[in-house]
Amino acid sequence: MIRVVLPAHLKTLVNERSEVQLEVDGVASQRSVVDALEGRYPVLLGTIRDPTTKRRRPFVRFYACEEDISHDDPEAPLPAAVVSGDEPFFVIGAMAGG
Amino acid sequence: MSGVRVLVGTRKGAFVLRSDGRRKDWDVSGPFFGGWEMYHIKGSPVDPNRIYASQTTGWFGQLIQRSNDGGVTWEPVGNQFNYDGVPGTHQWYDGTPHPWEFARVWHLEPSLSDPDTVLAGVEDAALFQSTDGGQIWSELSGLRNQDSGSSWQPGAGGMCLHSIIVSPKDPDRIFVAISSAGAFRTDDGGKSWRPINKGLHSEGLPDEDAEVGHCVHHITMHPSKPDTLFMQKHWDVMRTDNAGDSWVEISGNLPTDFGFAIDVHAHDPETVYVVPIKSDSEHYPLNGQLRVYRSRSGGNEWEPLTKGLPQSNCYVDVLRDAMSVDSLDRCGLYFGTTGGQVYASNDEGDSWETIVRDLPAVLSVEVQTLA
Repeated sequence: MIRVVLPAHLKTLVNERSEVQLEVDGVASQRSVVDALEGRYPVLLGTIRDPTTKRRRPFVRFYACEEDISHDDPEAPLPAAVVSGDEPFFVIGAMAGG
Repeated sequence: MSGVRVLVGTRKGAFVLRSDGRRKDWDVSGPFFGGWEMYHIKGSPVDPNRIYASQTTGWFGQLIQRSNDGGVTWEPVGNQFNYDGVPGTHQWYDGTPHPWEFARVWHLEPSLSDPDTVLAGVEDAALFQSTDGGQIWSELSGLRNQDSGSSWQPGAGGMCLHSIIVSPKDPDRIFVAISSAGAFRTDDGGKSWRPINKGLHSEGLPDEDAEVGHCVHHITMHPSKPDTLFMQKHWDVMRTDNAGDSWVEISGNLPTDFGFAIDVHAHDPETVYVVPIKSDSEHYPLNGQLRVYRSRSGGNEWEPLTKGLPQSNCYVDVLRDAMSVDSLDRCGLYFGTTGGQVYASNDEGDSWETIVRDLPAVLSVEVQTLA
């Protein structure tokens, strides 16, 4: 069970007040977690990554275990603490604008 | 009893303003989609309860929202705007080729005959169509692929397709306008397009009479005269009486002919409204006086409308899609400002009242006249 914390705007879109819990098939990676997220909530298609290229949107970041993992390989396994559900996977709307 | 519903898009959400036919007392609901930029919200002329809205942010991209109950509840529909085929390039600011990239939907134009059909004007400039209520979007790529497309270059506000007019006489005839490219027309339902900019002069261009490259800010039409269009260009107010084959300037006695918004009276196709803005470097009214100008002669002779509008210390802007008219008798006018005010007139512009004054910056105003 992967715990995902969404930014406020995306929580509103999926009508969830707190974190989302997901079952992920196979290796839990950034890509498979976002795949599962979009599978459960189609409204999120295009809001986290480009639907065609699968590239993360410029002002969206991924954090886990107090690390910014946005630039890691999207296919790389997530930290064990995230896979076990001890730590959440954060989708962050980056601070921007001054 | 008749009434009106004013759909207001702002930098931080949407608002729905309702009143009866007297247009004196207003119910304000919202914000809907708080925190999102609502570029445009427009209802179907066939089914006023069907409304489409463009919801976007720089963080999370584009959504399209649809309401089937007049803006009380909303549901997200399709948000995939994929350019047709290999998109190719247009010119970038430095003159180099730049791939077409979707940024956002600027304008939604519901069909005059089918509530499930809607056109979308997007940045980078292109025209999309949905025939299933906004679920699936397909590009009418003949526009972008016509001869001049690869030479289009964005202006300071981005290369957006912001104006769409479908002729009420012939649904295959569509007019669009694109910032810093110009106006274009199709007569075959979007398969082929041609620039319609003859008569426009732009001092910022190396060739002031170029076929494309003019910064058209907005175009409008009265449905009873579908060959007559009015245009607010970057500078200059223009009109055509031959569906864009040629344009003439009608700025006349306007104190400044820079501006964004332009609209036509609902019952008189020769009564036109603009909101002059001081200049392209000072996006606020001349002398701090917010004035709508009205011409009852199709242009050239303009009168300032000031009653109820701030006549000192007003430094807001009125953006291109932020003015609209209702079709009650007398015709009502509405416009919103970057200062968050929405003004309404229930007497053809003779006098104005403030419906709300402290919204986020207003991007768009559309009014629906309800039976």
